[in-house]
Amino acid sequence: MSISGSPFWALSVAILRGFLRDRASVFFALVFPLMFLVLFGGLLGDQGTSKVDMIKVGDVALVDELPDDAREAFDETFEVEESDDLEAAIDTVRKGDADVALEQRGDVVVAHYTQTDQVRAGITQGTLRAFVDGANVAASGQPPRFDLRTERVEDDSLTTIQFVTPGLLGWAVAMSAAFGAAATLQGWRQSKLLRRLQLAPVSTRTVVAARIAVTLTVALAQLAIFLGLGAAAFGLTLSGTWWMAIPLVVVGTLCFMAIGLLAGAITRTAEGAVNMSNFIVLPMAFLSGSFFPLDVAPEWMQRLSDALPLKHLNEGMLDVMVRGEGASAALAPLAVLAGFAVVVTLAAAKLFRWETT
Amino acid sequence: MSVIDARGLSKTYGDLTAVDGVDLTVEQGETVGVLGPNGAGKTTLLEMVEGLRQPDAGEVSVLGEPVWPRNKRLQPRIGVQLQASSFFERLTAREQIHTFAALYRAPATAADEWLERVGLEEKADTRVEDLSGGQGQRLSIACALVHDPELVFLDEPTSALDPQARRNLWDLLSDINDAGRTVVLTTHHMDEAEVLCDRVAIMDHGRVLELGTPTALVRSLDAPTRITVAPGVVPVEEARQIPAVTEVRETADGTVLTTRDPAGVVAALGERQRLDGVTVHTGTLEDVFLALTGREYRA
Ligand SMILES: Nc1ncnc2c1ncn2[C@@H]1O[C@H](COP(=O)(O)OP(=O)(O)OP(=O)(O)O)[C@@H](O)[C@H]1O
Ligand SMILES: [Mg+2]
Repeated sequence: MSISGSPFWALSVAILRGFLRDRASVFFALVFPLMFLVLFGGLLGDQGTSKVDMIKVGDVALVDELPDDAREAFDETFEVEESDDLEAAIDTVRKGDADVALEQRGDVVVAHYTQTDQVRAGITQGTLRAFVDGANVAASGQPPRFDLRTERVEDDSLTTIQFVTPGLLGWAVAMSAAFGAAATLQGWRQSKLLRRLQLAPVSTRTVVAARIAVTLTVALAQLAIFLGLGAAAFGLTLSGTWWMAIPLVVVGTLCFMAIGLLAGAITRTAEGAVNMSNFIVLPMAFLSGSFFPLDVAPEWMQRLSDALPLKHLNEGMLDVMVRGEGASAALAPLAVLAGFAVVVTLAAAKLFRWETT
Repeated sequence: MSVIDARGLSKTYGDLTAVDGVDLTVEQGETVGVLGPNGAGKTTLLEMVEGLRQPDAGEVSVLGEPVWPRNKRLQPRIGVQLQASSFFERLTAREQIHTFAALYRAPATAADEWLERVGLEEKADTRVEDLSGGQGQRLSIACALVHDPELVFLDEPTSALDPQARRNLWDLLSDINDAGRTVVLTTHHMDEAEVLCDRVAIMDHGRVLELGTPTALVRSLDAPTRITVAPGVVPVEEARQIPAVTEVRETADGTVLTTRDPAGVVAALGERQRLDGVTVHTGTLEDVFLALTGREYRA
C-alpha cells in the first residue's frame, strides 16, 4: 500500500506500522492477554466441573442401594473407587490423591475427608448429608414435606470462560491503550520527532486524532480476537447485548489513553512512561476483577475498586456480554469512564511539555 | 523584502546565555552559513528562527510572517533538517519520506525522486534504525526538501557524511540555490562554508562575531602567506635573503617561507630556479575562525 493522501491517514498508517513492527508492543497488547485467556479458559476452566474423588471402603449401603434418580445425581458429583483397606484409603485422602474415604459402621456412614480444599470439603459434606437425609426420609416411608429447588441467578452456561473473558479483555485494552499513549508521547519527544512535527503543517489535533484512531483500531482488534478465540476454542457464548461492549471498549480506550498521556507527561523517558503505566494498570487490573471475580474479594477491596475506571469497564462488559443484562446496563459504566477520561486528560494537558528539558 | 529578518534575538537557559542579541538578515536566494565552536548557540539561533523555540528577547520574521507562535502559513514554505535526526520509529526509508511528503501534501513521486537524489534508492526498504549515520542524515535532508520549500534550514547537514556524499550534497544544494531557494546551514567544515555560502556568520558565546562573504572575512584577517618548497631545494640562509620574507622554517614537508608579498617571493624563487614542489598557503576561513574563536576546547 502506498502512502499518500491526507496527513491524518499518513500519520495513522505510520503509527500503526510502528506498532505492528514492535514485537514487544504486539506481545503485550495481544499475545500476553491471550495467554491468560488460554490459561484461565482452557486449563482452569475444567476445575469447576471435575468430580469429587471418593474411595468407598467395603460395602456402604447408602451408596450401594441408591434409587435410580438419586444414583444419577450422585454420579454427577462423585467419582467412586472401591477399596477394602481403610488405613490405605485414609492415607490416600491425606496425601490429596482422593477427596474423601467413605465407610459404613452399622447405621452410621463415616466420611474421612481433607480440609485442604475447602470448596471440595464443603461439597463433599453437603452432598453426603443430603443423600443421608434423603435415605432417612425414604426409610420413614413418608413423602417428604418440603422440597428445595436451587436455581442459579445466571444463565446455566456461565462457566469460567464467561467470567474471565470480559475481565481479561478489559485489562488488555487498558494496558495497550495506556502503554501506547505513554510510549508514543515519550518516544516521539525523545527522538525529537515531536519537534519535527511541530514544524510540519499538521495540527496538534490531527496528530492526536491519528494516535487515537490507531489505538481504537488495536482495541477493537483485541475485542474481535478475544471474542473469536473465546467462542471458537473455549465455548464462550455471548448474550444478546454483547455489542454494547464496543462503545465500552471505545470509551475505555480513551480513558486509558488519557492515563497513559498522564504517565507520559509526568515522566521523562519512554521506559519511565511505560513503567509508570505498568505501575498504574497492573495493580488496577488485580483490584478490578480482571484476574479473579470481585465477589470473592473482601468488602474493602470491592469499595476501593469502585474508584478505579477498569472495574467499571469490566463490570460493564460482564453485564452486557455474559450476564445478559440489557444494553442500558452499560450506560453507567460508560458515563464513569468518560468522566475519568475527561478529568485525566485535563490533568495530562496541564502537565504536558513539548520538551524533555 | 528579506527572507529572514531577525533582530536582537536572545535565549537564556538558567544562567547560561545561549544566544545573545543576534541580528541576522538573509536575502532571497542566498546561502548563509553559521559557523562556531560546539555550544556557540548555532542550533538555538536556528531553532528560534524556525519557530521551534520562543526567543526570550528580540523579534524574527520569516518570509514576511511572524514565526511564533506556530504559524500555519509558514510551515509549508520552509524545510527543516534538525541536528538530531527525527524519524517515525520502525518505518523504512521509503515509508519515512512518503509520510513526510503526505504531511506536506507533496506528491508521492517527489518522495521517490528525493530518495534517489540523496542516493538512498538501494536502502529504500531498510528501516531507519538500521541506516548508517550518514544514510540517516541524507534521509533527514531529503525529508526536509521533499516539498520543495522556499527556505531551507540545515543544521550540520554534512557532519556524518563521507567525502562522496558531502560533494553530492554540495551539488544538490547548489542546484537548490540556482532554483532561487534560500538556504541557511550550520557547519564545522570551513571548506564547505567557503564553497557553498554567499555569506558566513561566525558565532561564539551566543554572539555573531563576524558576518560577511568568505573572501571578505579572509581578507580582513590580513594573515601572512606561507610558501613551502620541497626539502633541500632552497638553503635556509638563501631564503632569508629574499626581500619581504619575514620568517623561514625547516619542516618535514619542506622549507616554509612566511611573507606578506607572495607574488614577489615566488618571482624571486623562480629567478633562482628554486620552485620545486612549491605550495602557496594563504589565509583561509579556518584561520579566520581560529583567530576569532581561539584554540581551546569548548564545553
Ligand atoms: N534545552 C536546553 N537547556 C539548557 N541548555 C541548553 C539547551 N539547549 C542548548 N543549551 C545550551 O545552550 C548552548 C548553545 O547550544 P546550541 O545547541 O545552540 O549550540 P551549537 O552551537 O548548536 O553547538 P554544536 O556545534 O555542538 O551543535 C550550549 O551551551 C548548550 O549546552
Ligand atoms: Mg548545534
